Amino acid sequence: MKLRWGLLDAVVVVFALLPVLWIVSLSFKTTATLTDGNLIPREWTLENYRTIFQTDQFVRALVNSIGIALISTTIAVVLGTMAAYAVARLDFPGKGALVGVSLLIAMFPQVSLVSPLFDIERQLGIFDTWLGLILPYITFSLPLAIYTLSAFFKQIPWDLEKAAKMDGATQAQAFRKVIAPLAAPGVFTSAILVFIFCWNDFLFAISLTSTERSRTVPAALSFFTGASQFEDPTGAISAAAVVITIPIILFVLFFQRRIVAGLTSGAVKG
Amino acid sequence: MTVRVSEGKRAERRLGWLLCAPAAIVMVAVTAYPILYSVWLSLQRFDLKFPDEREFVGLSNYITVLSNEYWWTAFGVTMLITVVSVAIELVLGMGLAVVMHRTLVGRGLVRTSALIPYGIVTVVAAFSWRYAWTPGTGYLANLFSDGAPLTERASSLAIIILAEIWKTTPFMALLLLAGLALVPDDLLKAASMDGATAWQRFVKVTLPVMKPAILVALLFRTLDAFRVFDNIYVLTAGANETSSVSMLAYNNLLRGLNLGIGSTMSVLIFISVAIMAFIFVKLFGTAAPGREEGRR
Repeated sequence: MKLRWGLLDAVVVVFALLPVLWIVSLSFKTTATLTDGNLIPREWTLENYRTIFQTDQFVRALVNSIGIALISTTIAVVLGTMAAYAVARLDFPGKGALVGVSLLIAMFPQVSLVSPLFDIERQLGIFDTWLGLILPYITFSLPLAIYTLSAFFKQIPWDLEKAAKMDGATQAQAFRKVIAPLAAPGVFTSAILVFIFCWNDFLFAISLTSTERSRTVPAALSFFTGASQFEDPTGAISAAAVVITIPIILFVLFFQRRIVAGLTSGAVKG
Repeated sequence: MTVRVSEGKRAERRLGWLLCAPAAIVMVAVTAYPILYSVWLSLQRFDLKFPDEREFVGLSNYITVLSNEYWWTAFGVTMLITVVSVAIELVLGMGLAVVMHRTLVGRGLVRTSALIPYGIVTVVAAFSWRYAWTPGTGYLANLFSDGAPLTERASSLAIIILAEIWKTTPFMALLLLAGLALVPDDLLKAASMDGATAWQRFVKVTLPVMKPAILVALLFRTLDAFRVFDNIYVLTAGANETSSVSMLAYNNLLRGLNLGIGSTMSVLIFISVAIMAFIFVKLFGTAAPGREEGRR
């Protein structure tokens, strides 16, 4: 019995990791052995990594990716925390509408915004800028943040807030001094989820940018050519792919439990 | 006393609105306004290559798109990918959820590795699959005697669906896992005492309890699968009639620079998704997410 479960586990692990291992392996292969089909490179090289970090194209995209994802995450989590607190704790007309709107946006077909945003951003002069990507990223991660956070906030022992208010704190003070520290783990979890979303986006990244000024790594990858036009970019693309996968792997390794809790609390318990 | 209560109520309302306003304004400004604007654009002939010919043409863009076979091919491809991948994901996701729920050996390892496909950048995964199926750089291409599977329609679609399934089964499994945790052990034990087989217990006890979780998972994944773009862009770039509707709208905009037709497609995609969401919500009844009384 134990063996059978163990076997199933092994199948799951292999199924989940094989594509990742394959691209890691490609990234360490030399140009000559790139097409040998071996999972373990016969000749190891760091050449591909050296290449991408020497090209402005990749470094610039990496800076864009990190900057845009961090700014979007920060803003989305701050706005999301405020709204989630209100949803979880306060009684006010329009609460149902807010929850409904976030649900609608979670299901919104993002490609429907590509044409109109393209035109609007061109007119406003924010096409191909960080702001042009940050705005849609915040919008589409807000529902995720609001759902996850309000689920967390509902589990906080709110008597503490009452106690603080009894001691003379206003509602705003009670929020800042008592509840915020308790809510920090939830906020952190939703920040991870939002960051993963912004980091992964491809559709907006490729349609609302046109130059290295704001192109993020996923978009830049699809324009990659080797050092010269005639060089096969496979090795370089693989290396760049591995680099942007590292933060995700780290998140998953260190915060597995929290990510699972955040994803499921947001979607099932509401 | 009553005055103070209502005073407090009013303050609570004001704080509630104040706290929600920024999020609400951003969400509405970045989605509602553009979608309305895109309805307006869709009624015009508007090609960025010929900006002088911009004029109001009524519904003629809709007639152009809806009588175009590329649109219907893309629509069929999108539906096919959505239905097949979501159906397989549901089965695999349920299996994975049961494994994650029951397994005692290496539980953390399984959960961690299952999360990697969820977290990984879709474009990265798509490149990995593309290389895997390309003769020479790949380990899978040689499984087929005829060589390059990404150059033929049927095999390309199969690979796109495989890539989708690989990427999103863990998410499905996590949603189902949360539902699985709600199934009371006593109930399963009682059923087992009454002589129910494992399969009967699963169908008669577990599935009914999990129904809301299954519906939520299906809703999110169906609407998400309908938006399929990244995998197709990297794997085939829409060659051999493998474009999805998202791919088509993107190409019309950035390759064709035709805002009128692109916006028409945007509106049509929006309507399709709205119809699907509506059907799901009807199926949910009170279990729909966001409806207070449906929750515990």
